[in-house]
Amino acid sequence: MKQLIRKYRIFIILIVINALVYIFSPQIGQKSLNITMDNVLYMLSVIPPIFILLGLLDVWVPRETMIRFLGEKSGAAGIIIAFFLGSAAAGPLYVAFPIAGLLLKKGSKLSNVLIFIGAWSTTKIPLLLFEASSMGWDFMITRFIVNIPGILLIAFITQKILTKNEKESIYEVASSMQ
Amino acid sequence: MFNVIIYIIAAVLLLVSFLKDRTKTKMALKKAWKSFENILPQFLSILIIIGLLLAVLDPETISGLIGHKSGWMGMVVTAVIGAITLIPGFVAFPLAAALLQSGAGIMQMAVFISTLMMVGIVTMPVEIKYFGKRATVLRNGMAFVFSFIVAVVIGVVFG
Repeated sequence: MKQLIRKYRIFIILIVINALVYIFSPQIGQKSLNITMDNVLYMLSVIPPIFILLGLLDVWVPRETMIRFLGEKSGAAGIIIAFFLGSAAAGPLYVAFPIAGLLLKKGSKLSNVLIFIGAWSTTKIPLLLFEASSMGWDFMITRFIVNIPGILLIAFITQKILTKNEKESIYEVASSMQ
Repeated sequence: MFNVIIYIIAAVLLLVSFLKDRTKTKMALKKAWKSFENILPQFLSILIIIGLLLAVLDPETISGLIGHKSGWMGMVVTAVIGAITLIPGFVAFPLAAALLQSGAGIMQMAVFISTLMMVGIVTMPVEIKYFGKRATVLRNGMAFVFSFIVAVVIGVVFG
């Protein structure tokens, strides 16, 4: 019980804050509750298959396979696979992080995992189609073309700037997580 | 529609896994639950923060903040709004399109969409949990700067 409270302490504090907002401004409080409820329902509707796929991936895909496809020596193929994995995704960005954690745990190269995150954040296929329909195809395609080198650059620079120790601790955290 | 595809893929793979090896499938579901349960407190916290944020910064307020401003200052304002808010794409794109119709600049909208998607101030706690502080700040910082490059290219193409 104590552990549970510890784990959820920020969440509990935020609920208290939301309650206070509700008391002082029922209109904003009600609105934020509605938005939160909508988002919780949305999260619960997209999350189950993603985490089931995560579990299946963890159990069925051996570390060696992951290293071959996304590891240190995966080269251009690894980059392309990371890009497609991220782009084929559905769901908000915060769902991508647990998956990134598993990819790291299984021995993927850090820059490939960052490419996966980059693709998930901005070149998701369903979202691109939606973007084209509201902003026009020219806008979507231009942004998409500029985003590809951008995502790669951000991933490579991050990989370069982080020290060996920082990278090791990222992998350590990832392998202790699941 | 896309969600349905992901559900179908997950269901089919789960069934295949179950037929091949029951214990492994059980283990997979256990791991799925564990990783979900592990991150759930952060997810719930983020959703409340988003709720509070969007209750104050609703689409009308955002239009007010973005609508009249232009030039570099306008771009910085829209970039910051995009970075701190987390609006789902199916709300953000129509919003940007409507703002464009009512006179907002295309570069402002490009930087808004870019930071909205790539930079996540609210989701930083989750990102830090997996990538650590430095990598998270680096990724978000570079994505913020990069959003301006995207906007400039859009400005050149559509200008």
